[in-house]
Amino acid sequence: MAKAYTPGLKVAAHGTYRSRRLLPIKGEVLVKAGDRVTPSTPVARTYLEGEATPMKLANLLGAQPRELPSLMLKPVGSRVAVGEPIARSKGIFGMMKTEVKSAAEGTIESVSETTGMAIIRGEPIPVQVDGYIAGSVVEVIDGEGVVVEAQAAVVQGIFGVSGEASGPIKVVCAAPTEVCDTDHIDASCQGCVVVGGARMTAAAIKKAKDMGAAALVSGGLDDSDLRDFLGYDLGVAITGTEKTGLTVIVTEGFGDIAMADRTYHLLKGLEGRLASVNGATQIRAGVMRPEIVVPLDAAGVAAAKAAVAARLAASVAHEEGSLEIGVQVRIIRDPHFGVIGTVAALPEAPAVLGSGSKARVLDVKLQDGSVVTIPRANVELIEG
Amino acid sequence: MVAPAAAPAHAPAPAAGAIKIVVATDCGSTTTKAILIQEVDGVFRQTHRGEAPTTVEEPFADVTVGVTNAVTELEELSGRRLINPDGTILRRTSPTDPNGCDIYISTSSAGGGLQMMVAGVVRQMTAESAKRAALGAGAIVMDTIASNDKRRPHEQIQRIRELRPDMVLLSGGTDGGDTKKVTELAELIAPAKPRPRFGGEYSMPIIFAGNKDAAAGVQKVFQHGGFDLSVVDNLRPSLENENLGPARDRIHDVFLEHVMAHAPGYDKLMRWSNAPIMPTPGAVGDILQAIARGRNINAVGVDIGGATTDVFSVFGPHFNRTVSANLGMSYSISNVCAEAGMANILRWVHLAQMDERELRNRVKNKMIRPTTIPQSLEALIFEQAVAREALRLAYVQHREFATNLKGVQQQRTVGDTFAQKQGGSSIVDNMALDLLVASGGVLSHAPRMEQTAMMLVDAFEPEGFTELAKDSIFMMPHLGVLASVHGRAAMEVFERDCLIYLGTCIAPAGTAVWGKPVARYTIDGVDAGTAQGTLLGGEMKRFAMAGDKRARAEIVPEKGFDVGAGPGKAVTREIRGGTVGLILDGRGRPLVLPSTRDECRRSMDSWVKALDLYPG
Repeated sequence: MAKAYTPGLKVAAHGTYRSRRLLPIKGEVLVKAGDRVTPSTPVARTYLEGEATPMKLANLLGAQPRELPSLMLKPVGSRVAVGEPIARSKGIFGMMKTEVKSAAEGTIESVSETTGMAIIRGEPIPVQVDGYIAGSVVEVIDGEGVVVEAQAAVVQGIFGVSGEASGPIKVVCAAPTEVCDTDHIDASCQGCVVVGGARMTAAAIKKAKDMGAAALVSGGLDDSDLRDFLGYDLGVAITGTEKTGLTVIVTEGFGDIAMADRTYHLLKGLEGRLASVNGATQIRAGVMRPEIVVPLDAAGVAAAKAAVAARLAASVAHEEGSLEIGVQVRIIRDPHFGVIGTVAALPEAPAVLGSGSKARVLDVKLQDGSVVTIPRANVELIEG
Repeated sequence: MVAPAAAPAHAPAPAAGAIKIVVATDCGSTTTKAILIQEVDGVFRQTHRGEAPTTVEEPFADVTVGVTNAVTELEELSGRRLINPDGTILRRTSPTDPNGCDIYISTSSAGGGLQMMVAGVVRQMTAESAKRAALGAGAIVMDTIASNDKRRPHEQIQRIRELRPDMVLLSGGTDGGDTKKVTELAELIAPAKPRPRFGGEYSMPIIFAGNKDAAAGVQKVFQHGGFDLSVVDNLRPSLENENLGPARDRIHDVFLEHVMAHAPGYDKLMRWSNAPIMPTPGAVGDILQAIARGRNINAVGVDIGGATTDVFSVFGPHFNRTVSANLGMSYSISNVCAEAGMANILRWVHLAQMDERELRNRVKNKMIRPTTIPQSLEALIFEQAVAREALRLAYVQHREFATNLKGVQQQRTVGDTFAQKQGGSSIVDNMALDLLVASGGVLSHAPRMEQTAMMLVDAFEPEGFTELAKDSIFMMPHLGVLASVHGRAAMEVFERDCLIYLGTCIAPAGTAVWGKPVARYTIDGVDAGTAQGTLLGGEMKRFAMAGDKRARAEIVPEKGFDVGAGPGKAVTREIRGGTVGLILDGRGRPLVLPSTRDECRRSMDSWVKALDLYPG
């Protein structure tokens, strides 16, 4: 069975979703196994070592480094405030003494007799990790964090910017093919995960941000609009730390492209439910895609299961991840970029492409009935 | 002084004379490539190759799974059993044993390769030498901290805190010189407490290669706080001398002891291997140096990947390597477009209709789906245009980095007054360049060899006489590590199987006026017999010259043009053929393309036709 060259993005109506919520360094876990958490529940906390402020005390005092310990007004380990005198020169005949005041608040960590430099260590910086999704704590990793689990619908996007956010889902486009523009965004979007249809315009992004939306999700985005939003041209797809005030997730790709039907209808069916989203994208070894996670209650799970069962009954069963005749694929490169179809044939022998290169190909039957030949590297599975 | 710890043990290698069958792998970020090398009729040849996905990440989290899979493919292709039932590499029991190999060796760049931070007192001197040592050892240099890098101390500390390098190389001061500045640097690094990339379970390795008199003070600074300090010879013992060997060797050892030992499955891989596992770019650098020194030539090698472009150069005794971290053809393609600008990319496109908005979206779509390949001719042409700019920018960075030692006092005579040469001038001299070797997807997998040759010529602008070649299946890493145990085998495979010679480019240097004569040429020995004529400004010509064929070329440049002997001076020499043959490039050097898009397109169109680059 041929495996797909490019694994597809996940569009799942339900499943068990787990999120590892870990501190960057060891600290304290604030919840216990079995606890219910919300996206904003603090689950673990720690303190990063404070900023280190170097001070060239010997230079400032006009003294030799080796003299420094005897000129210190406060010993190593003392707490000091900004502007508090910490060292004083001997002066000339006890007169004209030079005093150096601390440039930072904190603790004197070290004083070097070799270089005459002192390090003032600032207050520890608190770091907190929250629950991210509404769910249950299923595992506590001692001193590091927790694993939160929920039954949830999950949609992976292809690209996003900015980090975690949450809010109820609000679908603003009437169809997945509809461009998401300013007239779709209004004050009711405040705090919501706003779901559009096809390409989102620069003006729509700006308005969503101005209206206080938590996130904007749509099928496509123009590169030039992304540049306007970020204020710079993104060079590599490693995102998530942007401070844009709005998480943006693209489900299909760049340009005029409609959201996949299944993605749109899944999100439409979840309208009003609390979603957690993360725009963080890393396209490197260990790929990370942006995601929309919608925890489901028992009734939601039952409804999702029934919907999936109905869909599966209407189609032929396929092995997950396998590229076989009849499976649905998305073409991910021009000249048919974004088009969805089903695999019609999987010829064994490599074929010569229009570019002149030789590559393994497949035939894809499009929705209008036409069949196109595409390199296997240029399709991805639409996975449930 | 802290003695360096011994590197982890690998299986001992048999004597070179007993080595007849070699299995070599390169564990890349995404693919593990295996090759089988066998002695056939007294000559070493690469006979089979196999590949499999690299398995450093979950669910396997063991690099040896991918190695076993790739070697299994070799086994199937060669009919020779190479894997033991437990998945390890099978060794021969006797010279007549039909199964197994004599040695197994490997390189690795999986898990992002080796990532380092370097520090030195003066940015242009010790810090630059430290950077050269790290790059030469095959590392990616995340940042260079120097006392005079214009950042304030707290900014430097903040930067060090943010980085998560695999190790830190600290240098500074010449032996017997000032000790204070380098100790100060140590005092900035220690409180910043950089944390290693692979978890917090091991101490951050620090290599000190600075003023030997400062070693005791530096040791005192790093004695607490979770550091593993090793002290090696100063990499800049005097302003006039660089001594990078001990620092590079120690980097390799630390790479094995710490980085590899913490990467999944590498403890096993190290035990399987008969030679230390080398970082992939370090091995490529070694083989290029071996070839350049063996043939007594100057060589440049380039490897353009999805995320980065490595450039290696050997000019006389000088070896340099640079990594352009965000110049690549998939993950970093958007950055190439941002740095070069769309106008610079489009000057290499001869097609009329190209919508910029559409192109920008295509570039981003390639970035987010990096494994796709160009299907249409138009997409291929655009991708090769981007490649030219990525290569050009990477080479610019390389030329700026590969310089004479800075800070060395120059003795000048009156005759030097107008020469304007100074310390820090680039070692890279395109007129002295003899061999240009290409590797990496967009160059290696171009549907026509002419496309590879033209991308090299456009991006690197070789001057005078330059041989062009490509690494057939990216075998240079394997051969680099093989050279450390069997030099002859590595050389033989390199010449016979690794390199595909594309041919020779002859390019007079000087300012060309389109349509005006640049040089007269007489080439005796091209496929058609003798070629004779005048090369005009802006003109490119190609003469078929198959395989290993040699021809005699006489080039008489016009006044103001140089092909190696000086302006206007004729050169007659033997040239090598190849799959493309001989390219005469009359566009002048430096290469200046027409300023308007239309003129540029017309010129490009004529070069596409002259070299038969694309069908139709």
